[in-house]
Amino acid sequence: MATQLTSIETLANQEYKWGFVTDIDADTVPPGLNEDVIRLISARKREPQFMLEWRLKAYRQWLRMKEPTWANVHYPPIDYQQIIYYSAPKRNKDGPKSLEEVDPELLATYEKLGIPLRERELLAGVAVDAVFDSVSVATTFKEKLSEAGIIFCSFSEAVQNHPELVQKYLGTVVPYSDNFFAALNAAVFSDGSFCYIPRGVRCPMELSTYFRINAKNTGQFERTLIVADEGAYVSYLEGCTAPMRDTNQLHAAVVELVALDNATVKYSTVQNWYPGDKEGKGGIYNFVTKRGKCLGVNSKISWTQVETGSAITWKYPGCLLIGENSIGEFYSVALTNNYQQADTGTKMIHIGKNTRSTIVSKGISAGHGQNTYRGAVKILKGATNARNYSQCDSMLLGDKCGAHTFPYLEVKNTSSSVEHEASTSKIGEDQIFYCRQRGISTEDAVGMIVNGFCKEVFRELPMEFAVEAQKLLGVSLEGSVG
Amino acid sequence: MSAQADWGPLCALEQSRMGERSLSKIPILEIRDLHATAGGKEILRGINLTVFPGEVHAIMGPNGSGKSTLAQVIAGRDLYAVTDGEVIYEGKDLLALQPEERAQQGLFLAFQYPVEIPGVSNLYFLKAALNAIRKRKGEPELDAMDFLSLVRQKMALMDMEEALLNRAVNSGFSGGEKKRNEIFQMAVLEPRLALLDETDSGLDIDALKIVAHGVNTLRSSDRAIVVITHYQRLLNYIVPDYVHVLSEGRIVRSGDKSLALALEESGYVGIEELSEAAQ
Repeated sequence: MATQLTSIETLANQEYKWGFVTDIDADTVPPGLNEDVIRLISARKREPQFMLEWRLKAYRQWLRMKEPTWANVHYPPIDYQQIIYYSAPKRNKDGPKSLEEVDPELLATYEKLGIPLRERELLAGVAVDAVFDSVSVATTFKEKLSEAGIIFCSFSEAVQNHPELVQKYLGTVVPYSDNFFAALNAAVFSDGSFCYIPRGVRCPMELSTYFRINAKNTGQFERTLIVADEGAYVSYLEGCTAPMRDTNQLHAAVVELVALDNATVKYSTVQNWYPGDKEGKGGIYNFVTKRGKCLGVNSKISWTQVETGSAITWKYPGCLLIGENSIGEFYSVALTNNYQQADTGTKMIHIGKNTRSTIVSKGISAGHGQNTYRGAVKILKGATNARNYSQCDSMLLGDKCGAHTFPYLEVKNTSSSVEHEASTSKIGEDQIFYCRQRGISTEDAVGMIVNGFCKEVFRELPMEFAVEAQKLLGVSLEGSVG
Repeated sequence: MSAQADWGPLCALEQSRMGERSLSKIPILEIRDLHATAGGKEILRGINLTVFPGEVHAIMGPNGSGKSTLAQVIAGRDLYAVTDGEVIYEGKDLLALQPEERAQQGLFLAFQYPVEIPGVSNLYFLKAALNAIRKRKGEPELDAMDFLSLVRQKMALMDMEEALLNRAVNSGFSGGEKKRNEIFQMAVLEPRLALLDETDSGLDIDALKIVAHGVNTLRSSDRAIVVITHYQRLLNYIVPDYVHVLSEGRIVRSGDKSLALALEESGYVGIEELSEAAQ
């Protein structure tokens, strides 16, 4: 038994393969935060007045807020005056218009990650809005999308070219006053993605953004806003990896989704930021606020996430189910290894009639990892016939890790139904031996069992992403998972 | 083979047959004075057994006599520590091999309690197993089409529904389905040495016949099968060449199929007396 445990631990302890730093000159401001820094960010980005005012309101709100402590995560205090709030790769005048103009070193970075832009562009038909540090440097397939009337660009561009849409929807799902990190993001966010799918349009391709944190000590404050107008459909993919670093890095992103009548937004994330080393040194603090608003009737928002990276994850993608018959979904795989901590889950707020939500959460803990599911299901008074189904399963590898489940249910309408199922299992020596007796190695057996455990979530991912997700799970646990 | 003196009088038949068998073939499995413990307690206390290709051996014995432990030790389960003796498989030191290496080289254990693996389809699992074995043999991996046609053929043998292929490994299977699935896997993997650990337990008579039919179809001159069972019933359908009686971690008697019938009548009580006498 001892040898078997050891081999599982060995597999679970493979080093982060994708830790490297791209050497690109960054245009940064000194560390620290005050109103002048915010004015500087806004000015650099040539933002309209409403943006600056919004940022300043957020900043003033933030000053009055306290960092939340209710999550089941532990880390030394963050000195917000030591963080650099703006950093942009140096650009030639107005930035690259095609891939040829993109910094070759940056392209090489993507090569190392196995996601060469050119190949994805040609083979996968995926439009990539690549966020590198805080400024978008390459956007592809724009023309094809614009033919369909779809706007898919960096947030900065949207502020310049579509200020009316930004002003109409910004902060309507996650107001700047929502929480400490959302307020900070609203004050200082540098860039992100913007997407608008017009009425009746089905987006002809999966949209994806690869986020990357690069410059040293640069807090990354992305902001994404996706609006699906009546009858529109969009599937958005977000994938992340980060280079190896010694110091902890704060990432406080905000994602807002809006679905109008009969619209569907599917948002998929694979997150593999640097988790810290085996002793728990370094790694990303991932404090993210993601929320979708099912504003229209029959609208649907579906979150799928595979979280394998970061030292600390604090993330609860949720749905506000306002429109009648609207649907919210949350499918999650969260893996913690070594000293990683994850406190993640969802909030489903049922407001309209006949609203439905489904929650499937799979937590995997290895090493000294601590994995917490925290979910809230609220059925408000007007949510007649609302239904929720929640399933939270935890798997433990080894005996030094932990799994925790905190489901909160609040039901104010008696015609509704809420179901919650939970299980915790230890990866079985019996299961591994059974596989080995059939000729399958321990490494492959662990991969097979863990992937089987996560199957219900993986099948919600778009095909190309599902493969990547299994790979990322594999990198975190072992050499390769087939 | 120092232990021979102990079991010699009881195993005259075994010895004489071994003499004639060894002339033509080399054994698939040779167990010599095998001792094994679990949690510090000695469970196997000097097992000797030789199995040649083409043979079917039955190992019988009361609960707690060490039958399943023997199967698990041969398969390489690390819950047990081998404290003495040796196990030679096809001329190699079996105990030096990892469990998956043993499997890749043709050793198969049909589990007494087949394990559930949620979310992993039976088909995917079996394909991974077969390809691991083929890889060891230097054969190319089977593609999806060839694999499927092989699997369909074997399913017919075991009278199994195709829907079982897409269900997760043993998840939600009835007791009978699990046992049938074990023999189905054996049929696909085509081992050289198969150990069947209480494959008959929990089966009704119809399922028992199907399982026995499957096993009998797999009998061949270059394959050996060791059937572990508590009851004689299974041996009406899978007729063994040799029957061994295990008691308190030792083989106390060996004989042909008539021994199983005699046991059926007298029960294991008499055997335990024999065991004490042997000591």
